[in-house]
Amino acid sequence: MADKIFRVNMTDLSTSIEDVPADWAGHGGRGLTSNIVAAEVPPTCHPLGPDNKLIFAPGLLSGTTASNSGRISAGAKSPLTGTIKESNSGGTSAQRLAKIGCKALIIEGQPQDDGWYSLLVTPEGVTISKEEELVGKGNFAIVEAVEKRFSDKIGILSIGQAGEMLMTGANISVKDPDSHVRSLGRGGLGAVMGSKKIKFIALDAKDGKVELADADAFRAANKVFTKALIDHPVSQALGTYGSNVLVNIINEAGGLPTKNFSSGQFEGHEQISGETMHDLIVERGGKPTHGCHAGCVIKCSQIYNDLKGNYKTSGMEYESIWAMGADCTVDDLDQIAEMDSIMDDIGIDSIETSVAFGVAMEAKVLDFGDSKEMIRILTEEIAKGTALGRVIGNGAGSVGKTYGVIRVPVVKNQAIPAYDPRAIKGIGITYATSTQGADHTMGYTIATEILGVGGTADPLSKEGMVELSRGLQIATAAIDSTGMCLFIAFAALDDETCLPALIDMLNARFGIELTADDVTNLGMSILKTEHAFNIAAGFTNLDDRLPKFFETEPIAPHNAVWDFTGEEIDTFWDF
Amino acid sequence: MKVNVKLFAFFREGRFIKEDKELPEGTTTGQVVDDLNIDREEVGVLLLNSRHCKFDKILQEGDIYAIFPVIGGG
Ligand code: SF4
Repeated sequence: MADKIFRVNMTDLSTSIEDVPADWAGHGGRGLTSNIVAAEVPPTCHPLGPDNKLIFAPGLLSGTTASNSGRISAGAKSPLTGTIKESNSGGTSAQRLAKIGCKALIIEGQPQDDGWYSLLVTPEGVTISKEEELVGKGNFAIVEAVEKRFSDKIGILSIGQAGEMLMTGANISVKDPDSHVRSLGRGGLGAVMGSKKIKFIALDAKDGKVELADADAFRAANKVFTKALIDHPVSQALGTYGSNVLVNIINEAGGLPTKNFSSGQFEGHEQISGETMHDLIVERGGKPTHGCHAGCVIKCSQIYNDLKGNYKTSGMEYESIWAMGADCTVDDLDQIAEMDSIMDDIGIDSIETSVAFGVAMEAKVLDFGDSKEMIRILTEEIAKGTALGRVIGNGAGSVGKTYGVIRVPVVKNQAIPAYDPRAIKGIGITYATSTQGADHTMGYTIATEILGVGGTADPLSKEGMVELSRGLQIATAAIDSTGMCLFIAFAALDDETCLPALIDMLNARFGIELTADDVTNLGMSILKTEHAFNIAAGFTNLDDRLPKFFETEPIAPHNAVWDFTGEEIDTFWDF
Repeated sequence: MKVNVKLFAFFREGRFIKEDKELPEGTTTGQVVDDLNIDREEVGVLLLNSRHCKFDKILQEGDIYAIFPVIGGG
């Protein structure tokens, strides 16, 4: 059965299944969500109004046995940035959607009444139901109840209280294989789902399977690909320490934003590091190694237990730990794990919200390092939607405006993540030019600038950084379309068998003849499509800039400032 | 001369987290790696006073020298 587009109209509560238009046939994941948003969403629409659309798409290889191919993309116009947005995540939903035969799920319109709804997606189509029981509930209760209603095999996409209350920091949760949650984290897509009045989407693939044009060729290519992933030393370190292995090296390099971006090194780095976390996890009988979806062979995720050895949280990423830790000067992993768990439950982005806390600390709303007060605000203010809770739940930019703070680390109103662009300049180009606001994953120059993967570049020099960021942003847009986890990029940059094997798998899946050039062109065309949407939404080159304080406040230990001119940044789009 | 040497990730196993080392003048960054029985092939990043360096850098009194295996994240 050929893949189809599943469409849900929440205004008249109708659903349909459509053939895939020729223009979209070669797309998946981010390439597909961005092309659909560009084709169907008016760029100047209100992101929370009926004209915005929320799109879910599995990657091109999702649902197959290809290693690390289970990432799902969600796209819309972002209520946080006002730009086009694609957010991706692990969990079981990409594989379910692919097996359902759903190439993309498009949700449009807006209900006329105040009621809440849920969707059930199966190979036969989409059923819309009224939802009452789970309104006001967090993601953990939703997963438990929805599994009871259907089965524990069901895939689940859901929003917590933050999404219901349309906070622009709200995320969408994706159930993982252990019935915990991962997140479509950035850009406030949870608020878009909330604006469509959908509390959860259940995905039942029944006995659906993904068909392969050439199963033997696919199997052979997957073998080569998997070996390249497993053999790469970065994969091995990720499996042992998680992405949090970065705390110490970024700190040592002087690029760990600390105390709301006022220093590049954090005294408490060792206490929150990947090494310490690994030892604590082992000591308490957790799992240092864990995959966010079946088929991941890198397994950067982990199961973190509390002091008593009971499950506390999973999948703590470097960015979340940095944001709650160094940026808010909290040096206690148990407190960080507690907050991580609460944020997962209420469904709010752990980067945006934690950076928002850092700005609030600068404004003296609470003290730096006061994790008890952070926990209180999360549960008593944000989850309940008080005025303060909404100010913080709407992100770092919202807190800055409300309290008159100048040092607000955002680009296009999205919080800057865990690498200071003054001390690591290439990533600053990615933050400035990304089509989606500040986001390190859009063009991860850190690999080259700091980690020495895929070549080297001096992080304190501007030389070659625009080209580095451009090359990586193009490659990333293509990888984000395949359903592959971005962590395959380390092997792809270093091992010459990796990328050809990935292309062979795409060809064997669809019976096509893509070349490496086609993949690069795909990446370029995705970026250009996204950029054109933003321009039509009113963005100009002057929005591709970092906040002023990066130019005027030198950061220790390198005493570096951000010194790219606007003209230099604008050359990014010369392709 | 005294140099503060720091190790990370699995380089710490059976060794140390950080130590002040008394080293002869002229010691290079590579010699410290060799003396610690770390295979140069396994080294990912060397940071001397927060700046990247190679195995040939001559250490100075008071330097802070960090040795990392090949690691990544994001
Ligand atoms: S490496 Fe990590 S993020 Fe990537 S698929 Fe595996 S567990 Fe998920």
